[in-house]
Amino acid sequence: MQKLYLLVPLAPLAGALLSGLLCRKISNRVAHSVTILLMIVSTVAAAFVFRDVLDGHTFNGALYTWLESESAHFEVGFLIDQLSATMMLVVTFVSLMVHVYTIGYMHEDPGYNRFFSYISLFTFSMLMLVMSNNFLQLFFGWEAVGLVSYLLIGFWYTRPTAIYANLKAFLVNRVGDFGFLLGIALVLMYFGTLDYARVFAQAPTLAANTIEIFPGHAWSLLTVTCILLFIGAMGKSAQFPLHVWLPDSMEGPTPISALIHAATMVTAGIFMVSRMSPLFELSQTALSFVLVIGAITTFFMALIAMTQFDIKRVVAYSTLSQLGYMTMALGASAYSAAMFHLVTHAFFKAVLFLGAGSVIIAMHHEQDMRKMGGLRKYLPVTYLTMLIGAWANAGLPPFAGFFSKDTIIEAVHAAYSAGVPGAGFALLCALGAVCAGGFYSFRLVFYAFHGKERFDTHASHGHEEHGHGGTPHESPLVVTIPLILLAIPSVCAGWLIGTVVFGDYFGSSIFIAPEHGGMAKLAEEFHGVLPMILHSFTTLPFALALAGAGSAFYLYIVKPDLPAVLRAKLGFIVRILDDKYGFDRFNDWFFAGGARGLGGGLWKIGDITIIDGFFVNGSARVIGWSSTVIRQFQSGYIYHYAFAMIIGILLLLSLLLSGSV
Amino acid sequence: MNLPILSLVIWTPIFAGLAVLFIGDRNPRAARIIALLGSIAGLLVALPLWCLFDIKTPEFQFVESAPWIAAFNVNYHVGIDGMSLLLILLNCITTVLVIIAGWEVIKERVSQYMAAFLILSGLMNGVFCALDALLFYVFFEATLIPMFIIIGVWGGPNRVYAAVKFFLYTLMGSLLSLVALIYLYNAAGGSFSLLHFYDLPLTLNVQIAIFSAFMLAFAVKVPMWPVHTWLPDAHVEAPTGGSVVLAAVMLKLGGYGFLRLSLPITPDASHELAGFVIALSLLAVVYIGLVALVQADMKKLIAYSSISHMGFVTLGIFIFSVQGIEGAILQMISHGFISAAMFLCVGVLYDRMHTRMIADYGGVVNRMPVFAALFMLFAMANAGLPGTSGFVGEWLVILATMKVSFWYAVLGATTLIFGAAYTLWMYKRVVFGEIANPHVAELNDLSRREFFILAVLALFVLVMGLYPAPFGAVLHESVNEILRLAAPGRKLLIGL
Repeated sequence: MQKLYLLVPLAPLAGALLSGLLCRKISNRVAHSVTILLMIVSTVAAAFVFRDVLDGHTFNGALYTWLESESAHFEVGFLIDQLSATMMLVVTFVSLMVHVYTIGYMHEDPGYNRFFSYISLFTFSMLMLVMSNNFLQLFFGWEAVGLVSYLLIGFWYTRPTAIYANLKAFLVNRVGDFGFLLGIALVLMYFGTLDYARVFAQAPTLAANTIEIFPGHAWSLLTVTCILLFIGAMGKSAQFPLHVWLPDSMEGPTPISALIHAATMVTAGIFMVSRMSPLFELSQTALSFVLVIGAITTFFMALIAMTQFDIKRVVAYSTLSQLGYMTMALGASAYSAAMFHLVTHAFFKAVLFLGAGSVIIAMHHEQDMRKMGGLRKYLPVTYLTMLIGAWANAGLPPFAGFFSKDTIIEAVHAAYSAGVPGAGFALLCALGAVCAGGFYSFRLVFYAFHGKERFDTHASHGHEEHGHGGTPHESPLVVTIPLILLAIPSVCAGWLIGTVVFGDYFGSSIFIAPEHGGMAKLAEEFHGVLPMILHSFTTLPFALALAGAGSAFYLYIVKPDLPAVLRAKLGFIVRILDDKYGFDRFNDWFFAGGARGLGGGLWKIGDITIIDGFFVNGSARVIGWSSTVIRQFQSGYIYHYAFAMIIGILLLLSLLLSGSV
Repeated sequence: MNLPILSLVIWTPIFAGLAVLFIGDRNPRAARIIALLGSIAGLLVALPLWCLFDIKTPEFQFVESAPWIAAFNVNYHVGIDGMSLLLILLNCITTVLVIIAGWEVIKERVSQYMAAFLILSGLMNGVFCALDALLFYVFFEATLIPMFIIIGVWGGPNRVYAAVKFFLYTLMGSLLSLVALIYLYNAAGGSFSLLHFYDLPLTLNVQIAIFSAFMLAFAVKVPMWPVHTWLPDAHVEAPTGGSVVLAAVMLKLGGYGFLRLSLPITPDASHELAGFVIALSLLAVVYIGLVALVQADMKKLIAYSSISHMGFVTLGIFIFSVQGIEGAILQMISHGFISAAMFLCVGVLYDRMHTRMIADYGGVVNRMPVFAALFMLFAMANAGLPGTSGFVGEWLVILATMKVSFWYAVLGATTLIFGAAYTLWMYKRVVFGEIANPHVAELNDLSRREFFILAVLALFVLVMGLYPAPFGAVLHESVNEILRLAAPGRKLLIGL
């Protein structure tokens, strides 16, 4: 079995190296066949590992020692348990679907082989991240997925927007990693090891420790550590205020928006916090912090999604909002619900992105929904799968998103009842986001697929071969089959909730402190999938989601002229939303501009004027000047020297004489 | 072992250099080939050191000793520990690469160019081996001459200013250390042996005076803020090869000096003044990181980035822990590979376009995809990406710093952000985008020679990043020994 563990990440790595290093030597067909074949190997291996874990065989062991220094041993190793096995399955499956989809989406792109290399490399990195048994390797995977994300956002490297977006994404993530690294350093310092199992085992004994960050203020060690670690999660999982990179990352090709910026990489933070539950559970402050950050993200990003016109950006902001739900769940100690939502979200968000990509292919790379409309008769498969995706995204029963989202809201509610600080605010945000979610999900479907056809068909030369301007038509099978395969779990995955969330599925891989009894209580109240659906009809979240969906229906199908009127009437609010609350402008001005200004000032004043100008060249000038003065004394005329000598003798004599008197 | 391996390591390149000088420029091709063979021979004689090195002993190994100036009890006394070993290998590898890098680029005074690098290489090996303080000083100062010539002869338009600044700056810095060494010689009863100096009882005030003298010499070399301003000028004017050796090996003389001389000879002063050095190091990381951000000249940017990265070396050293010092040494080795590669990458562009200004580039990837890929790897390594060597040293130093102070670690870790910002922003403006101008449109991708050099460095960067354990294993005992010698109070106690 241990060889199989290795096979899961190494197969995609081999594919990445092969198609990457030989990208100009091999044909497109070879590149995609090899990488996809290796992805299938990896997926099958992951499935076997998954089954093995379900049978109760977990594993924790080192592969090799990366470095030893002092008492610290840094190792590369695997921890295979329910948590990692679940992630492995999701990552490999979605990645495989995206690999297949890419054949259709990228088939004309000159960087075809390179693209396959990158997505395989990404899969490898992500697998190393989730399979890790220690903090260091987690950080390795963490940064490696960041690197591949950087490369893929900037895949079309001649586009100014793309290369701006990838730099921004990398730097914002680095801000998160900055906190993450400090958190890891604290862990090593106090626990003496970076091995998960050993750290978690010691956690309770260190719960009472405090450190003084500011003199005179003793803070709980675990609170500080957990918040620092969570800052890493905020970067990678795009939580407020480090969310700014994710919408821009849509500059990358759509398959990677689905794979990296929706289904897998951005959920790394969620996975990480779940993995660290034995630490987070010991700090209520950290949990409340997580809860509030998640709440802010979920509500305010959902609002932005309501007014966007770019089809990918709607999905991107919806992703931010959904990630906020997961983060909220973490803060409410509902790790299993967070992980469950992570899994269902991976499926339905991949559907939405890949569906959006299918629309974009059909529209010849037009992403503006204002130029779509009525597409459902041209793209029936895409329409149907996207409808499923949107339905699930809106959290309406009986699709997957409903179960996970509803559980999260219930968990936040339970936390509120239990008096968890911040839970009341979180609950309000969650309810607001449900309503907004219902609206933007269906707005997307209605706007793009229903109503008047707003695209330009150019009937005069409407031959498909000419590319631009023909009537849209359904994408090829390599695109639609992944869509269908991903839509199936988007429908059904939720029905597993009884086992995954309320059962003992995650076992010991997740730890919940006894005082956080919310999930246990929800489990008692759970009586099966059908009762849960029926019960939901009477609850507030359902009504709100339905209200959102209904208003989308009214605005975009019944009265399609109304949105423009509303936009004009609510100009102020719309402007704030279109401006994304001004974060980008502020960051550009304050951080980017500030750093450049400071750097320029330090350089010109510190280095050039003071150090070089005053001290270095100044001392050279002083030496030069004094030597010119001193040079005057060495005139070379004997009578000058004789004169000086006589004066000197006179002076000496007079001194001596006056001394003897 | 009867074979004087260290002498071979020191003198093989020097004699090869003299041989090349003797051939002269009548036959440049012969000069190049002899130089290459000489540098390879220099590497080959150093390889046995790695194979035969015993990682289990803190003692100096491969020791040779012979009287040199008997009247003053000056000895040709050489020997190495793990730190020296890694630096010698780095130096030998760099020399081979630099000779190859100058193969076609240097067209004038070929033999002298090649000879300067070979001799410099031998002299620096001498610094890393010397166990006699005067021998150390002679090698240390002698390295200035070839580098002065390299910058002054094959440099850019403003080369004379840069060369003189480089020479005077570093010479001024180290003069006081000669005074300190002479004081120690007298105190030790007429011996220049470093081993004697290590056990010499010294009062705190004397230690502080000696430490300050050493500090000035090594701080200029590293270079530390605020005595760093010679470096950007020197780099900008130096030919590519000069920049490579300067950044990859020569700066390490400073870090090496701190560990070989300052810490063991003046342990109490080192501890006393550690806060000061740490403050300067952190200032280098933050201040210089910001300054690097606004540079318009690629070489200047990389020069500033070097200063910032070397800040981690001095930071790690003055933490006084195994992790800190091992991190510092690994950072030196890694920076050797990465900065060499970065300067070579700029050199590749400069040879084609004859400009170093970022604004003159844009869209290079369209014409040079292979170069862009390798440059990306080195840029990421420069930004400290895990999996590359750039991460290893910084990681250890940050871990060690955390144990001293949370806020030091916070300041140190800002390199994660600054390093990525200045490196990748430059990369973006140079490599990505549409082809910016007709000159870029005419660029050709790497030649086989250029590819070979960069590929070798890429290999080292990756191997050290993915499996640094062997590099660390060489260091453990040596670092323990340095820390034992640097223990506070050791020398004061002997004095009682």
